[in-house]
Amino acid sequence: MHVRRNIPLIILVLAVAAAAVLVTDSYILTILIFIGIYAIATMGLNLLLGFAGQISLGHAAFFALGAYVSGILTTRHDVPCIAAAALAVMLASGVAYIVGLPCLRLKGHYLAMGTLAFGEIIHITLNAEVELTGGPSGIAGIPMLSAGPLSADSDVKYFLVVWVVFVLLFILTRNIINSRPGRALQALHGSEQAASAMGIDVAGMKLTVFVLSAAYAALAGVLYVHFVAFVSPQAGDIMFSIKMVTMVVVGGMGHLWGGLLGAALLTVLPEMLSYFEDYDMLIYGGILLVMVMFMPGGLTQGFTRLTGALRAWRTPR
Amino acid sequence: MSIESQIVQFLFTGIALGSIYAMVGLGFNIIYNSTGIINFAQGEFVMLGGLVMVWLNVTLGLPMPLAFIITIAAVMAAGALFERLAIYPLKKPPVMILIIITLAGSIIFKGSAMLLWGKRTYSLPHFSSEQPIALLGATILPQTFWIVGFLAVVVALLALFFNCTMLGKAMRACSFNATAASLVGINVKRIVLLSFAVSAAIGAIAGIVFTPVVLMEYDRGTMLALKGFCAAVLGGLGNGMGAVIAGLLIGILESFGAGFISSAYKDAIALLALLLVLVIKPSGLLGRGEASRLKDF
Repeated sequence: MHVRRNIPLIILVLAVAAAAVLVTDSYILTILIFIGIYAIATMGLNLLLGFAGQISLGHAAFFALGAYVSGILTTRHDVPCIAAAALAVMLASGVAYIVGLPCLRLKGHYLAMGTLAFGEIIHITLNAEVELTGGPSGIAGIPMLSAGPLSADSDVKYFLVVWVVFVLLFILTRNIINSRPGRALQALHGSEQAASAMGIDVAGMKLTVFVLSAAYAALAGVLYVHFVAFVSPQAGDIMFSIKMVTMVVVGGMGHLWGGLLGAALLTVLPEMLSYFEDYDMLIYGGILLVMVMFMPGGLTQGFTRLTGALRAWRTPR
Repeated sequence: MSIESQIVQFLFTGIALGSIYAMVGLGFNIIYNSTGIINFAQGEFVMLGGLVMVWLNVTLGLPMPLAFIITIAAVMAAGALFERLAIYPLKKPPVMILIIITLAGSIIFKGSAMLLWGKRTYSLPHFSSEQPIALLGATILPQTFWIVGFLAVVVALLALFFNCTMLGKAMRACSFNATAASLVGINVKRIVLLSFAVSAAIGAIAGIVFTPVVLMEYDRGTMLALKGFCAAVLGGLGNGMGAVIAGLLIGILESFGAGFISSAYKDAIALLALLLVLVIKPSGLLGRGEASRLKDF
């Protein structure tokens, strides 16, 4: 079949398996787990940004919704992890549907501002509803993921869970993009008028992708909260929404591997630069600005260009 | 306090708040009219205005009028520099790229302010006495009159500028049709630069007059931008007078909401209003439908 097309995926699966066996350092495993979690969220956001051409500045809110709902259900109401996770993702998708329904009728700026306002409302609510969310101090003591007798109670097991979820979602996303709706989606990115003239339900299409991307973010939130065992309103911060957008832009909007690449880079970078904490806004802003201005296709595009140039240089004229 | 005097009190507070949102909304409109861009960094100009003024007036001890003028000039320069470095080099960028660029600009402004001023909250002395004036059973800070007065001055100056000067008329021409404007010899690129500078100046004024009442810190910009955008949209995007009226309305709404409903949710009230406007009437209460159809956003 499409062996060539699957080579990167096969390499990833082998790398994950190798890492699970070889990496014993819990610090490195933790970083790899975070990369996986952010990559799931950014893969969803990339569907929206890169494939549907819509921007959301409130995706942290969906991440936080997933984290909070799952956290509250498992700690306070003794709901089994899997059920709590499913409910959390469903609830976040429902909220995304309600928010997206009006906002996605609008274009560009309005959606950006609408999602920004929505994200801020969620952030305010998480801080204000102290009885439900624990207010600014958040919720602690959230259990590790488990399903019946199985429990992801070690770093290696959690690492495997996160990356298996990533690989499955990757295959799902790729199939969506290569399906008829996926092509409709890309047509929409090119020109909305042309797409709707071809009979594509533009608003419905955008809404579906928005809800799907919110579900990815919520799932990432669920994976995050059961790993860290703690969640505070910071998870729903505007800055986190912007960080997700930056990951997508750096990795490559509209490229399947873009989200993972951006997530990996922007998770490892702060770990390597100890002074990153104080400069993080400046660095994220600077990276975002430079990337958009000079390499709007992100690093994956840069990489493709580079290999293309190399190939052209190698072939004799 | 009786309910009547409470209402009067909230009304005054609301008008003061609303004047600031009106000025931010005006800033949005000026850039939007000449470029079609919604400048996500608009709120940062307000923050910069406040903090630069604190630095000049409190830290360096410059007299207020002088500090006022230097502050405006400095923020104008920041706005113009941002336009030259980030907007000017692009040739016909798609809307999403523009959104990301002004968003990146806003984080860069915010991050720089955090490095320069830290995460502290800064205060600025009131322009005149801090003694509240009793009126109709409520008390008003004299600064409120300064705020409303400056809004009036800004509106009057803008009206004068757009109606009576060649440059202002050229800017209006660009907002109607940039191609036609360039055909009659207007340098559109320069108008875009000017609109960023003017809009930064208005933001700086808002920040300077606002800081004595509410203090200022590095991360105020986003919320101010959201509320100012709410004013601009509610008033009909691009409609200057609409933004002023809508800004005042939002301020009053927020002040009553904080007083009668919940102070924890006072910011959420304005944002909810924004979402409702986007849902129900995205062309704004005072906007004309065709104006929003003309623009590509």
